Amino acid sequence: MEIPKSFLGYKRENGRAGTRNHVIILPVDDISNACAEAVANNIKGTIALPHSYGRLQFGADLELHFRTMIGTGKNPNVAAVIVVGIEPKWTKRIVDAIASTGKPVEGFSIEGVGDIDTIAKVSKKAQEFSMWASEKQREECPMSDLWISVKCGESDTTSGLASNPTVGNLMDKLEPLGVHLCFGETSELTGAETVCEKRGKTPEAQAKFKKTWNDYNDFILKEATDDLSESQPTAGNIAGGLTTIEEKAFGNFQKIGGCQFIDVLEPAEEPTKGAGLYFMDTSSAAAECVTLQAAGGFNIHLFPTGQGNIIGNPIEPVIKLTANPLTAKNMSEHIDVDVSKILSREMNLSQAGDELIKSTIRVANGRLTCAESLGHKEFVMTKLYRSA
Amino acid sequence: MSNTDIIIHDEKDNVGVVVIEKITPEQDCNCWIMENDKSDLIQSKDEIPLGHKIAMADLNEGDTILKYGHDIGKVVKNIKKGEHVHVHNVKTKKW
Repeated sequence: MEIPKSFLGYKRENGRAGTRNHVIILPVDDISNACAEAVANNIKGTIALPHSYGRLQFGADLELHFRTMIGTGKNPNVAAVIVVGIEPKWTKRIVDAIASTGKPVEGFSIEGVGDIDTIAKVSKKAQEFSMWASEKQREECPMSDLWISVKCGESDTTSGLASNPTVGNLMDKLEPLGVHLCFGETSELTGAETVCEKRGKTPEAQAKFKKTWNDYNDFILKEATDDLSESQPTAGNIAGGLTTIEEKAFGNFQKIGGCQFIDVLEPAEEPTKGAGLYFMDTSSAAAECVTLQAAGGFNIHLFPTGQGNIIGNPIEPVIKLTANPLTAKNMSEHIDVDVSKILSREMNLSQAGDELIKSTIRVANGRLTCAESLGHKEFVMTKLYRSA
Repeated sequence: MSNTDIIIHDEKDNVGVVVIEKITPEQDCNCWIMENDKSDLIQSKDEIPLGHKIAMADLNEGDTILKYGHDIGKVVKNIKKGEHVHVHNVKTKKW
């Protein structure tokens, strides 16, 4: 198959392109969720992104909170942003950082005003942003405007056999076109960590990966109260035939094909070393991982599943593929791309990769994913430790 | 091409993955080795569902399970060729 050279996206002020055109109402903290949700209910064409944190965090945990908030606002799938927080200072910090993209952004704080008057003021601004964004048109964008993140979930052995290698095949074909790519899941590389480390393109990238994985493993050894056999692999993984974390890790690792990673990103960090593959230090919990990758600026996500994970994200469309014929049949409303014919050898890996590229472009052009059509918008902040 | 019942990732692997809904005891199974596109035959000893593993050789306690050509864990209970390989007879070497 000849790989398409372009897709239809929304060009943004900073030169990036979006596959979606969202106007988001972003609460800084848990207690501002009610206001954000009321505004999104008032004004059509806006979405609220409620979450559980944002109060009394400190140190690296607070920095991660800001990075996630700011990155979410900066993501090119977002046309305009309203930030609502209880206090003005943290709200302003997020607004100012998002404003660096040149997109419309405004902040409001609730303290001293109350929910009702804030909702009224925010609704007026949200209406203005929503109507402005509604006139944005899709334009032809080069494939290099695609920033593709990947993460698998509810994996089973069919993931390692077929759906993850299908993603790897796509990476091998799209990397030469200057696409940004990102994989994560530090914990689920356990067992394959030395093989993964060798995929670093430079000694610096390799050393950074090694440190990231070692830090994670030290943390597990310190905090674990058992051997993690209840969590890694999960009961779903075991039902699907995965026996050990090592087996899961080597299956997981198939997603990057033959690519080498050029850098290791902090959670929610935006890549700055140009096109190519990046490793991001993330949890392996689906919603946490995709939220961090979206905050890193990735605008379309590929999610291979075995037993049938159903996750979506509010701003980054999540395309699901499976090679498990039972999942494809019994959970068809969640599966965008069925590659189960690889197992019956009616389809080879390259054909499956081509199918996935076609679906990726259709979704980039605006086709709703299964998760979007079902209303999945899991926005889950990663918290590193308890608050002050 | 006969139907494939079991796929083996790598020539070195001592386990294969069932890719049909299930295999039954004493079923003669067609295996396909992805790495070199070769075929193999094995008779199963257990009922093994889709996605679960079958031992391609006799394995003793302490042996290493190889899949993708890599170490994915250790045998904790002797396994005969054709038997089901899973959490009851294999454990992680991590943690």
